[in-house]
Amino acid sequence: MTCDLTQSRLHAYFDGELDAEGAAEFERHLESCPDCELRLAAEEKLRASLAGAQLYARAPESLRKKLQLSLPKAAVPPPVKRSREDSWRWLAIAATVVLAAILGWQYLQKLNRYSQQQAMAAVIVDAHLRSLQPGHLEDVISTDQHTVKPWFDGKIDFAPPVRDFSSDGFPLLGGRLDVIDSRTAAALVYGRRKHIVNVFVEKAQPGDSQNGSGELQGYHWVSWKQNGFTFTAVSDTAYADLDQLKQLFLAP
Amino acid sequence: MPHRDAAYNLARWILRGRAQAEDVTQEAFLRAYRSFGGFQSGNARAWLLQIVRNCCFTWLQQNHVAEQMSEFDELTVPPKPENPESLAMASYDRERLQRALEGLPAHFREILVLRELEGCSYQEIAAITTRPIGTVMSALARARQQLRILLTEPVPKGAHRDL
Repeated sequence: MTCDLTQSRLHAYFDGELDAEGAAEFERHLESCPDCELRLAAEEKLRASLAGAQLYARAPESLRKKLQLSLPKAAVPPPVKRSREDSWRWLAIAATVVLAAILGWQYLQKLNRYSQQQAMAAVIVDAHLRSLQPGHLEDVISTDQHTVKPWFDGKIDFAPPVRDFSSDGFPLLGGRLDVIDSRTAAALVYGRRKHIVNVFVEKAQPGDSQNGSGELQGYHWVSWKQNGFTFTAVSDTAYADLDQLKQLFLAP
Repeated sequence: MPHRDAAYNLARWILRGRAQAEDVTQEAFLRAYRSFGGFQSGNARAWLLQIVRNCCFTWLQQNHVAEQMSEFDELTVPPKPENPESLAMASYDRERLQRALEGLPAHFREILVLRELEGCSYQEIAAITTRPIGTVMSALARARQQLRILLTEPVPKGAHRDL
């Protein structure tokens, strides 16, 4: 009679230990399982009772005093005489601290750049996924670069380089406007066998990194700077394909 | 002294007594200070509570307190089945809850106190009790079930300490 999920998942759900997906799955189950619902309600009641009963036992004053008396003796090493050697030691410690601070700062800078790149990757992959929803892929459907390029005129304040690479296996499918991280971008849509590749073109900004690539949720992305633009290609196709497309763009 | 309350509270519930809890907490702090080199980095509370619970279980063993010491028993002996009455329990007063909590085996008391009173995550409980997370989860489920059953059992007259 007891539902199998009761023991294994109910408590993890109740304690907030399931990830978002697991929790959603359990909530769906909950709608159709009165047994689990009853047990969850019982756990909630028990928790409320325990919380309301003020069972937490704070350390008494007597313990605080005992600890104060006994701990310093155990914790603090006996004082030693200062000598010339000691002052050198202090100098060495100071130098180490300074060095550690510098290294730490450099590490933080690196970490910051890394997390910025990760955040950007998430935005790019989101935009790619959004574009794959029905009716979102292209605003102008054309395999002709001479149709796609003028379409951007007047819609954005820059002229993105639009090129067709059909002969190299990347047929141009169309273009659209997109907003990436609150910057307007021209999105060029290419086909690659059965896959769709979005190439986002934005005006380059000082903070943009020169070259980047990575993977997020199974999607690859490659970014590069060229002629004052920042390009980011994203797709579920192989990384090598994106790199090839990048080389095609870079080729004169 | 950071985590003094957490340390004392855990000891008080594992040992079921104030005086013992004071002594064992003090000993645990001394050990913690002596072996501070053993503390790498990370969760200081979990590290300290691990020392506290180890001191507590050593104390229970040395003082031959009749306890179901083996967690093997606790996890393999089939529990009494829960009935609709225990699932539909009302709210209970402090004394009743305290008696029921103290009536649980030591490892169940420990895990419930860490989760419900101290608010530890499964990962922290696993670190403190040096058990796998899966064992923590199933022990917690069993502990809650047992607590509910104890709460719905009729109160024996005059019973308090010797549960």
